[in-house]
Amino acid sequence: MSRVRVLVGTRKGAFVLESDGKREGWDISGPHFGGWEIYHLKGSPADPNRLYMSQGTSWFGQLIQRSNDGGRTWEPVGNRFVYDGATGTHLWYDGTPHPWEFARVWHLEPSPTDPDTIYAGVEDAALFRSTDGGQTWQELPGLRNHESASSWQPGAGGMCLHTILLDPKERERMFVAISSAGTFRTDDAGKTWRPINRGLKSEQLPNPTAEVGHCVHRIAMHRSRPGVLFMQKHWDVMRSDDAGESWQEVSGNLPSDFGFPIDVHAHQPDTIYVVPIKSDSEHYPPDGKLRVYRSRSGGNEWEALTKGLPQRDCYVNVLRDAMAVDSLDSCGIYFGTTGGQVYASTDAGDSWKPIAEHLPAVLSVEVQTLPSLA
Amino acid sequence: MIRVELPPHLQTLARVGREVQIEVSGAVTQRAILDALEASYPVLRGTIRDHVTHTRRPFLRFFACEEDWSHESPDAALPPAVASGVEPFLVVGALAGG
Repeated sequence: MSRVRVLVGTRKGAFVLESDGKREGWDISGPHFGGWEIYHLKGSPADPNRLYMSQGTSWFGQLIQRSNDGGRTWEPVGNRFVYDGATGTHLWYDGTPHPWEFARVWHLEPSPTDPDTIYAGVEDAALFRSTDGGQTWQELPGLRNHESASSWQPGAGGMCLHTILLDPKERERMFVAISSAGTFRTDDAGKTWRPINRGLKSEQLPNPTAEVGHCVHRIAMHRSRPGVLFMQKHWDVMRSDDAGESWQEVSGNLPSDFGFPIDVHAHQPDTIYVVPIKSDSEHYPPDGKLRVYRSRSGGNEWEALTKGLPQRDCYVNVLRDAMAVDSLDSCGIYFGTTGGQVYASTDAGDSWKPIAEHLPAVLSVEVQTLPSLA
Repeated sequence: MIRVELPPHLQTLARVGREVQIEVSGAVTQRAILDALEASYPVLRGTIRDHVTHTRRPFLRFFACEEDWSHESPDAALPPAVASGVEPFLVVGALAGG
């Protein structure tokens, strides 16, 4: 029977939750690196025992940990993230020029084919890559050298490159999302980039339809249709059917189109999930009801998923990297909350149960579907 | 041998106890101690001072002989008691803010 491993990054350590294919009973290990902020941890598709972790604190800065045994043991690898060439400036909150300064790694994206190759999205926004298992990191400077970069500006959460999508069919194509610069695409393995934000509208910008400056919270794709992208923006859920060349709003009947995560069913490319929260200053579910919303039509028509989720007095949030899916036949959906719960559904969202209830605030959730041990 | 005390998280990271002893050749300064410390425990690189500028990380302080040496030149000679190993050089983290 297949197994599932859920990798949870929290404000005070990492946790690894494992179950068999029934996904009924869960073994929880952790906290790994208790006391440290674990922004993200993710496994390599090429070697599921190879995991990478972004570990850090304001006191001691950034570390990267690597596991070769599925999270049982860890070793530190390279933590030197140095911008390539002259750092230049971007805009600060007050609109003045501000030098690029490395703060932390927000997201790690392992290569699908090579366990030693991994990409890192960082704050202040840039893309790094390691090809030696994380021992050394080099910036792909083409992104930060884009002509618009000097005009990028942080949102309240920092100017972070938080999402990296690797196109499974076009091997030199990648998509990244930056808060709050927008979405960018490369078609030459990161040498050059272009903003792909046409159709986005953001009222906080002097020009709401500007080429850059949009606060994209998350983008997602299904590997069978990499040209179709879904986006949760700072307000608005969006969809592109042309690899980001243009976007259309698909918020439809959501109670609020503000939120952070968005993800796609493992086997149904038009089935997508979001977790609406009330507003940009009220980061909790509308009406105190924790509801995941599912669209089976790629947006516009949404249904509330509530069975097993608290429907009163619930004021937690789900952060952008804290939702994931497994690839079992009955697709499992998982998300973690700032209240320390991790919820799982084994029926594509029809029903939910908590698989961990008392963790520190959850920052990220990733899921690995593993072969049976036998 | 120079005695260096580390905060708990760095002890865990480097897999050492509260105090480590390192050899420093030449003048015993903050820079020399940290160079030797990082050479002995490479995992600590970037955790006490910036990788490139070697500027002390803002939430850490350097104490020695009951004085704060954080704002002294990294190349200033530390007290003889530190150089002789009688007193430790302390790397201290700011009180936790959550």
